[in-house]
Amino acid sequence: MPTISLKVNGKAVSAEVEGRTLLVELLREKLGLTGTHIGCDTSQCGACVVHVNGDSVKSCTMLALQADGAEVTTIEGLAAADGTLHPMQAMFREHHALQCGYCTPGMVMSAIDIVQKHPEGLSEEQIREELEGNLCRCTGYHNIVKAIAAAFPLMHQKHAA
Amino acid sequence: MAFEGIGASVKRREDGRFLAGRGHYVDDMNRPGQVYAAIRRSDRPHARIKSIDSSAAAAAPGVIAVYTGADMAADGIGGLPCGWQIHNKDGSPMAEPMHPVLATGKVRHVGDPIAVVIAETKAQAKDAAELLVIDFEDLPGVADIRAASAPGAPLVHDEVAGNVCYDWHIGDKGAVDAAFARAKHVVKLDLVNNRLIPNAMEPRAALGECDVSGHYTLSTTSQNPHVIRLLMGAFVLHIPEHKLRIIAPDVGGGFGSKIYHYAEEAIVTWAAGKLRRPVKWTAERSESFMSDAHGRDHVSHAEMAVDEEGHFLALRVSTLANMGAYLSTFAPSVPTYLYATLLAGVYKTPAIYAEVKAIFTNTVPVDAYRGAGRPEAAFLLERLVDVVAQETGIDRVELRRKNFIPADAYPYQTPVALQYDSGNHEMTLAEALKAADYAGFPARRAEAARRGKLRGIGISTYLEACGIAPSHVAGALGARAGLYEVANIRVHPTGSVTVFTGAHSHGQGHETTFAQLVADQLGVPFDQVDVVHGDTGEIPFGMGTYGSRSLAVGGSAMVKAMDKIIAKGKRIAAHLMEASVEDIEFKDGAFRVAGTDKAKALAEISLAAYVPHNYPIEELEPGLEETAFYDPKNFTYPGGCHVCEVEIDPETGVTKVVNFVAVDDVGRVINPMIVEGQVQGGVAQGIGQALLEGAAYDANGQLLSGSFMDYTMPRADNLPNITVGTEITLCTHNPLGSKGCGEVGAIGSPPAVINAVVDALKDYGVRHIDMPATPEKIWSIIAANRPKMAAE
Repeated sequence: MPTISLKVNGKAVSAEVEGRTLLVELLREKLGLTGTHIGCDTSQCGACVVHVNGDSVKSCTMLALQADGAEVTTIEGLAAADGTLHPMQAMFREHHALQCGYCTPGMVMSAIDIVQKHPEGLSEEQIREELEGNLCRCTGYHNIVKAIAAAFPLMHQKHAA
Repeated sequence: MAFEGIGASVKRREDGRFLAGRGHYVDDMNRPGQVYAAIRRSDRPHARIKSIDSSAAAAAPGVIAVYTGADMAADGIGGLPCGWQIHNKDGSPMAEPMHPVLATGKVRHVGDPIAVVIAETKAQAKDAAELLVIDFEDLPGVADIRAASAPGAPLVHDEVAGNVCYDWHIGDKGAVDAAFARAKHVVKLDLVNNRLIPNAMEPRAALGECDVSGHYTLSTTSQNPHVIRLLMGAFVLHIPEHKLRIIAPDVGGGFGSKIYHYAEEAIVTWAAGKLRRPVKWTAERSESFMSDAHGRDHVSHAEMAVDEEGHFLALRVSTLANMGAYLSTFAPSVPTYLYATLLAGVYKTPAIYAEVKAIFTNTVPVDAYRGAGRPEAAFLLERLVDVVAQETGIDRVELRRKNFIPADAYPYQTPVALQYDSGNHEMTLAEALKAADYAGFPARRAEAARRGKLRGIGISTYLEACGIAPSHVAGALGARAGLYEVANIRVHPTGSVTVFTGAHSHGQGHETTFAQLVADQLGVPFDQVDVVHGDTGEIPFGMGTYGSRSLAVGGSAMVKAMDKIIAKGKRIAAHLMEASVEDIEFKDGAFRVAGTDKAKALAEISLAAYVPHNYPIEELEPGLEETAFYDPKNFTYPGGCHVCEVEIDPETGVTKVVNFVAVDDVGRVINPMIVEGQVQGGVAQGIGQALLEGAAYDANGQLLSGSFMDYTMPRADNLPNITVGTEITLCTHNPLGSKGCGEVGAIGSPPAVINAVVDALKDYGVRHIDMPATPEKIWSIIAANRPKMAAE
């Protein structure tokens, strides 16, 4: 089995993987990062979204081998070392944007990417369209959309500062 | 410190771990020596299993065992039990065919489990499951309830004639017939309540373990771990309860689909015992589609008798309900006591008669899914009322008001068994119409028309029943379980509190709500109260979470347990303060001697209880911990009004929900933020049912909607913002006055949406549209009626 090396949440890791091992399996099963979830088998639900080299990626749709040399951020890597939540995490809590918590990690990772990719601003309609790749069965999305809109100024203010 | 008691929108304490990726779901668990199970399922709807050759699978790399139905039978394992027995019109019991854990002899639906392969890795198990050679003899199958109940239909179970599970009825047929004979109008409607696939985002998973002394532990995605322990331990695997522990940790959504005892739970537990290694199974989403119990699937004919002024005289309903291939745990109760008993709705219709035939088909078993029976009743009734309005020319709001059960008529006995305790339908209707600016709708419709869009508005005024109870009545009606809930409240020596509840949280936020309730009532800070649920090793025997019962039933058990804590605390306080017990008052976390400034805080009392040096030890046991079981006197009856506004693009048939208002009477609210979220989520599922979702089978029973590629889940851009309001009348028979909020959204919304769609299409001669009202369906209606419109 080939060995790959990558950076996950800022830490260098290496692992032996089968050719067919998916990135999400590497994260969950080899690295014990079970915050990234698997909700489907057709790349539809987005529960497994992580950031690979700064872009949001459905980690069930990428082979672990393809992540060789990459920098991967998962939900576990978002909060600061002292536990301070990322503004998106904080706004999800503030606006009750999660219920069962299962879609939440992928939803938060996608939401961060959406906000980062649109520094010019995001309408509610755009947020809803951009969330096409993430399914939530609990919230009806209402509060997720609110949380993302609320995180937008916090994230861009932080970047500007 | 901010107010964190009853009525405060306290932020959820569960969010911390979920947002950090530190949730603890079943598939996140791994045990030393763990092996993996893969299930080989039927890919055909109906077939005889002629042979199973497992030699290649057994010889594949990493494979430890291959088991079939024959192996389970050899261990004396029979079928999965059904938890509710319905009786036919003639008093005979329903047909209850064997539901094997692994198929024996025949497979009866796509997804029916045939064999399990257990291997060192998940990939090895899955690879080897593919190597099983199964020789099938295909049999004709049937998926549609009408087809399955027609003469000559293929038989799902050879011993069940006509595929009829039961033929049941309720109500006074004679009174209904007489009312129809004198009616001015008779309005008829045929409806389909579309079959849904629940699709909680976490696929089901199960991890079985057995230790050297024969103690079993099953970690499973369940809404009710004690129910699973009882069903699986006592009826399937014959493991005594003291040797069986069920853990339902963080569970990623349920919506009913995780109530039931599923085959995989028994398989991994049994296999763990045989192999003495932990055995884990996690569903792929495609397995969820073909093995999680589905919901709804009714075909109904309804008739309303109406007098000259528009008063409803009688309602007559005939329903076919799909049970699927086998009886899931609570399936028989859904189209009977959770459906037909709700057909009075919010109306004083004096006579109602309903007959329900439950039919077996070659499809996945059908059971309770968010709302369970009540959405089917509400959809039928609220569609029918709109058609009555259309055909009598009476305004649909006026017609509803005319027939409402008035607020001063409560308690109200319906003609279909239930006695409603409280409600105020005029109040929720008025509030919803105001919030939706109903009066301003004609102007919005005209404005939309100028843009070439068809705008419609629809309302539904519904009522439902939660917290199914009381146990003895349900037992008389066929329930094979108790319907109480339990709470154990442990006040620790220094005054902090742990609450052990039988209710289970899988998104509802119980760890927050219940802590608020207990903190408020015992007068201790919110952060001094912890809630434990989901582990039969920790909690007393409770029934879990379904039917929006957790607060109304589980919360009431907490109140009862706290009453006992306070009663005992008063006796300790009386001793410590040398007063008489009758003079002790408990308020704001302290025991006071009435009329004096003498007081002892709860923490002082609890310390005295655990360190009983100065303590009435002759008359009182030490400790401060109480358990209470609460068996409700009645259902609770949430209700309300939903208003939906849609805009249809006649070029594409696409319906956009542009506004949705839900005003619900859920009784006392502990955390408004959480209630609002519950209603929004329910409404989203209701809009999904109305416009997007529908399980599709071919005539034979092949599942056509087997993935998120073919089954339309509501996505963020399919849904509007959802305005939620609450108007409160208190439940009169439980100590909290709470009614339940988990299902109101999914019950009230589908008819509101379809009523809006029909309203938008009213110029096209549309009387009714079955769900889901897809763009194709709507476009076809528009296309078919366009020439007529043009000619007019």
